[in-house]
Amino acid sequence: MSIRRFTIIALTAILALAAGAVLTVPAASQAVTGVTATEIVIGGTHPYSGPASAYSSIGKGAQAYFAYVNDKGGVAGRKITYKDLDDAYNPPQSLQLVKQLVEQDKVFAIFNSLGTPVNTVLRPYLNEKQVPQLFVATGATTWGRDASKFPWTIGWQPDYEAESLIYAKNVLAHEPSAKIAVLYQNDDYGQDYLKGLQNGLGAKASMIVKTASYETTDPDVKAQVASLKASGADTFFIFATPKFATQALVAAAQLSWKTKVYLNSVSNSQVVMKAATTQGGPAATTGVVSVIYLKDPTDPRYANDSGLALYKQIMAKYVPGGDVNDQFYLYGMGAAFTFVDALQKAGKDLTREKVMQAAIHLHETDNPFVIPGVIVQTSPDDRFPIRQEQLAQYDGTRWGLIGSLMTARR
Amino acid sequence: MRLALVACGLLVALLPWVIPPFVTFQLTYVAAYAIAILGLVILIGYSGQISLGHGAFMAIGGYTAAILLAGAGIGYWVSIPLAALLAGIVGIGLGFVALRLAGVYLALATLALAASVPPLLKRFKALTGGVQGLSLPSPHAPGPLQPFVSSETWFYYLTWALAAVAFALAWFVLRGRVGRSLRALRDSEIAAVAFGVNPVFYKTLAFGWSAAYAGIAGAIIAIVTAYASPDVYSVALSLELLIGVVIGGLHSFLGAILGGIVVEFLPLWAQKINPAVESVVYGVALILVVIFAPGGLAGGLSRLARALRIQATPRSRPASTIEAISEKSA
Repeated sequence: MSIRRFTIIALTAILALAAGAVLTVPAASQAVTGVTATEIVIGGTHPYSGPASAYSSIGKGAQAYFAYVNDKGGVAGRKITYKDLDDAYNPPQSLQLVKQLVEQDKVFAIFNSLGTPVNTVLRPYLNEKQVPQLFVATGATTWGRDASKFPWTIGWQPDYEAESLIYAKNVLAHEPSAKIAVLYQNDDYGQDYLKGLQNGLGAKASMIVKTASYETTDPDVKAQVASLKASGADTFFIFATPKFATQALVAAAQLSWKTKVYLNSVSNSQVVMKAATTQGGPAATTGVVSVIYLKDPTDPRYANDSGLALYKQIMAKYVPGGDVNDQFYLYGMGAAFTFVDALQKAGKDLTREKVMQAAIHLHETDNPFVIPGVIVQTSPDDRFPIRQEQLAQYDGTRWGLIGSLMTARR
Repeated sequence: MRLALVACGLLVALLPWVIPPFVTFQLTYVAAYAIAILGLVILIGYSGQISLGHGAFMAIGGYTAAILLAGAGIGYWVSIPLAALLAGIVGIGLGFVALRLAGVYLALATLALAASVPPLLKRFKALTGGVQGLSLPSPHAPGPLQPFVSSETWFYYLTWALAAVAFALAWFVLRGRVGRSLRALRDSEIAAVAFGVNPVFYKTLAFGWSAAYAGIAGAIIAIVTAYASPDVYSVALSLELLIGVVIGGLHSFLGAILGGIVVEFLPLWAQKINPAVESVVYGVALILVVIFAPGGLAGGLSRLARALRIQATPRSRPASTIEAISEKSA
């Protein structure tokens, strides 16, 4: 191609663009962005590729629940279209996708975008544009705590601090003379847990006799567990992600540390418990205490549960081939249920303000995917939708609920 | 040639006024990636050294800008050059290591750098914010300009202007003595040394220069995203840059821009096909390019243009000097 021809093409393109700019008439402004008489368009991002892609089941679960709701007639006659995109757990990519969703696809709201870093990046943009950022999939405390700065954002799952507060309550009530040792991951996630425990114990925070931390780059945590045991503690808190939690459970058993173990909910899946039992023997996991807020699809207690029956029915119809035991699907459906609930509350004349108001005035007693008794509720002063959890004890093969539902004190 | 550049400049300048803001935002990333990939063109295409670790230099640049902006409130006018400087210094350091390594060993050493930077960033929490990263103030155009340009448009212009400077500098430097020396070293180090080319100087220069460009790109991305975290500068980023330069074209400036477009838009296009097979699309694109257009898209385009021209004007005419040289070297 000669230079001259290239120049002519380029200049023509410029003229065409300029003409386009002049002639572009602003589209007739819709009453409410993303809402028509028959459709509500919402967006979100989950990692469908990359190292965190195990979480993609959450997006698929939510998508399946919306399909189910649509087949039953939708919300106030409107079908929900959920444009859920792959951000590979990469914050800049998520921000670009969300800008596209807001500006090009004109979504009504962003729902359940996943990951603390991702949502940290999305939050200022969405709040500036006054687009609801609803029920984000992360357990950081900031979503509920910093609402005065970011009123358009709200979380869903119990936050890490809240969980620790429940443990603290239990310790104070039943083991007031415990000597506590804590293993935690040295980042915001682990520190949120530790802070919650310290705050929950309050004046009796000196019950914590020793803490030890690890980095995600450490090969194992055996040395930390040994030093914690040497402190003479009789209660062992594990605030660790699955790999390190397994190591800690096994190490405590191998060191024959006779201790009561509390394990954070991040790592209480059957996968972790079975691995720890195999490697460390039944002593590694029997009697371990944790908390639960979602129903466990493998638990025979729920064999006749209508919520789990609905879950399995939706899975069979809309996620054929999906692993029913993968609790992330259930999580996605639980959050989607709350979103639909908020839409219904917001009424027929849907606006972003109304749905945001509905999201901070939740009182949901019938979410089929959370354990019985958990009420998903919010108020303008309390933007933590789920803060009830129930203590559970592992009997060597499965979790058994103990006591009654507990609410984190704030 | 001059007219074509002016036309391209006008096109870039006018685009934000006709495209939606989020596309302007995406094209800002294209320019940033193009700067980083130009660094790889210099390093791989001109000096014949490989790097699988340029994501690490982007991280250094990004965190330099983020720490200066979030911690000390130092504006991007100062922080971007400092980011380039710091990344460049680390690049020169790695350049010395690279002198002792070649081929797959250098590839592995640089990959190790890319893999070790994110955990390091998590460790020094007081400085880097740990896993949560650093949130920066939302980017805005300078005060007096705010009524006229949006922040997206402003950073689009800023980034493309930086890209223009980076490309112009590379063009001026590489067309002369430095470019000749680098190519001579790449083709035969023994012969080049015999002609008096200092391999230590030129090879470390190429590494440092290339790392500085990656540092600029990393700083821009941190500033326009208003965020820096270890997840932003993962190992995958280094590999994406390498894929970008191979698909775009290893030996050409146009290839750097095409590579920037590939890194930015390929994941977005690929997930429209199927979100689960993004990496497969990457792989297929890479294989197709390596088989059918070894010079990358830029090489393929110039071959296509030549073929079209021969068809359009059947009578033979002498090729221009530049084309003659490039054909010989190809």
